[in-house]
Amino acid sequence: MSDDVVIRVEGLGKKYAIGHQAERERYTALRDVMARGAKGLWRKAADMARGRAIVAGDTVEEFWALKDVSFEVKRGEVLGIIGRNGAGKSTLLKILSRITEPSEGRVTIKGRVASLLEVGTGFHPELTGRENIYLNGAILGMTRAEIRKKFDEIVAFAEVDKFLDTPVKRYSSGMYVRLAFAVAAHLEPDILVVDEVLAVGDAEFQKKCLGKMSEVAGGGRTVLFVSHNIASLQRICANGLLLTSGQLAFEGTMEETVSRYSESGTAYRKENQIYFDFFPTDKPYLKKVDILDKCERPLLHPRTWGYVKFRITFYSPTAIKSGSVVLYISTKEGVLLTLCSTSPDSAVSIQFKPGENVVDCDFPNIPLSAGAFIIGAGLAIPNVEWLDNQMHAATIQIEARDLFNSGLAPVVSRYPVPMAHIWRVFQTEETLVVGSKQGQFDEDKCFPFHDEIVSP
Amino acid sequence: MTAETPTSPAAERLLVLEHGRAERNYWRDLWAYRELFAILAWRDVAVRYKQTVIGIAWAVVRPFLTMVVFTVVFGHLAKLPSDGGAPYPVMVFAGMLPWFLFSTILSEASASLVGNANLVGKVYFPRLIIPASSAVVALVDFAINLAILIALMLWYGFEPSWSFALLPVFIALAMLASLGPAFLITALNVKYRDFRYIIPFIVQFGLYVSPVGFTSAIVPDKWRFWYSLNPVVGVIDGFRWCVLGGDSHLYLPGFLLSLAVIALFLWLGIAYFRRTEKSFADLI
Repeated sequence: MSDDVVIRVEGLGKKYAIGHQAERERYTALRDVMARGAKGLWRKAADMARGRAIVAGDTVEEFWALKDVSFEVKRGEVLGIIGRNGAGKSTLLKILSRITEPSEGRVTIKGRVASLLEVGTGFHPELTGRENIYLNGAILGMTRAEIRKKFDEIVAFAEVDKFLDTPVKRYSSGMYVRLAFAVAAHLEPDILVVDEVLAVGDAEFQKKCLGKMSEVAGGGRTVLFVSHNIASLQRICANGLLLTSGQLAFEGTMEETVSRYSESGTAYRKENQIYFDFFPTDKPYLKKVDILDKCERPLLHPRTWGYVKFRITFYSPTAIKSGSVVLYISTKEGVLLTLCSTSPDSAVSIQFKPGENVVDCDFPNIPLSAGAFIIGAGLAIPNVEWLDNQMHAATIQIEARDLFNSGLAPVVSRYPVPMAHIWRVFQTEETLVVGSKQGQFDEDKCFPFHDEIVSP
Repeated sequence: MTAETPTSPAAERLLVLEHGRAERNYWRDLWAYRELFAILAWRDVAVRYKQTVIGIAWAVVRPFLTMVVFTVVFGHLAKLPSDGGAPYPVMVFAGMLPWFLFSTILSEASASLVGNANLVGKVYFPRLIIPASSAVVALVDFAINLAILIALMLWYGFEPSWSFALLPVFIALAMLASLGPAFLITALNVKYRDFRYIIPFIVQFGLYVSPVGFTSAIVPDKWRFWYSLNPVVGVIDGFRWCVLGGDSHLYLPGFLLSLAVIALFLWLGIAYFRRTEKSFADLI
């Protein structure tokens, strides 16, 4: 291993066993139930005798979360790893941080690794902020002396000095996250492995975190980053890896990797429907997004300021009391333009029922210029966890419309978001008002089906 | 962050991750993580007594009432003899000390990994730390029990002999006797959750098959040696000998057999735990 290579990954693979539940007949004879029970028991006993883990379900299938991945990381390199959910990013990080063992292949690492797969790992709600700093620091691999040395810096960064001796269960979620990130940000390992931690806190704190991360990355440390936030990855990382279905799809500069990623998308679009790939999970997952017009007919050519209905279909294996559905619109470079979530942003509470669920997100006047945009969707338990998150799922094409009757229809190459606005010019005797009012276009009218009654 | 350049690359530790590869530096790693062990143990103790009104009283009431019941049932109703010249309650309590240590460690440790699932899935450290640190909580309860025992001895005016000084050795023995099965069950519990049902059973059943409420001297001689196959028998006998001293005699062949069983369980527990710990994160 040459001197400047600190991580070498060779033919890495990770296999999981997943169980499938067979379709249950509506009426079952007791005999069948008993036979199935006995068969299941026999398999479990056999598994246990062989020392294997027990997998629930009627049939068991092997699933490679990661397969034949090889790459090298040089000392001081800042590497971003991107890929859609289930592409194997987290599995890769888990192997590198020694949480789980590879099924095949080998990894050679030089130096001390610290991994940050979550902020606030091991935080205990009953303990005070001060106590949790020591606890969390020790969990992340810092020594007592190191923590003591950094203590004031951590407290200052988190801005919680007044509440140091309050149990963290009394903290606001913002304070909690700030404290958790502050401890993590003051780690000083040779190699740092970070997963999605930038997606915490309010916008201002996110900026601060990003600044801190850039500082870490610029400090000559080797850093491996995983994030859905492509814009922040581009700021921090020089090089990138793209993973698709557990395999290394691309390796190069971050810019190239991102453009490759945006092109491929994480789902495929067929006419007005975006289909998400299925990957094995026991959580709710996205199935498809239909792009419809106001009358719920397939909309093949959405136009600037037209009525667009995004119908999101997802599957939930269990009932979830309080879930959230998210819709993203980004430019084709991956810069997020808008995010609409049922909760917490719109305060629309929804329950996921077991089986298929459908949610509509309507834009009466979609404010997008002509050109390509990336649509994404996500499922979450608000403020708790992402169930499925595919910010960059597929590209859609918006058709031009000459909004202001100027002969110059808005196009993305000039600007991506045409907004309703009014110019008032005070140059002539008369006040001249030129502008455009968002409203209903003829093609959005649902006649003869139904029409929205707009009160004057 | 200062970029302290690491020392020459040759001095850097080379870590190789491969399927089924045994960790060569396991014990050194365990030592390197001693601070984490200390802080997790401290956390468990701190959390246990936070927001509880009678926190410490719990540790007092439970063994005391058990002692009273055993004294009445075995000492007065069944009229079993005590060990040596010790008063029956003191004899019972001297046996209950290691028994409660054993059962608390077993139940705390076996639940500890699943209870710390979040930690196991997100950070690396030698997993042995978690059940081991949860055992420290049991030591705190033990210290409280020990204080009760001493109070009891003063109450009955019972004087211990020189052997009382060996108490730390026997406490260590009781810890080792508990940790072996605890590691084994903890590891098994991650893979097969059935094992959590086994613990209450062992704890309940063990109370009667171990000489807690009575002395093992009443076991017929021909069975006494084999009775010591239960490792707790050796631990309790050792404790009684140590605490009661004087006329309480240690049955040596049985004690040695118990020691062997303890060693076997410890080896089995650690070996199985180490073999399976790499897959904990996938199963938990």
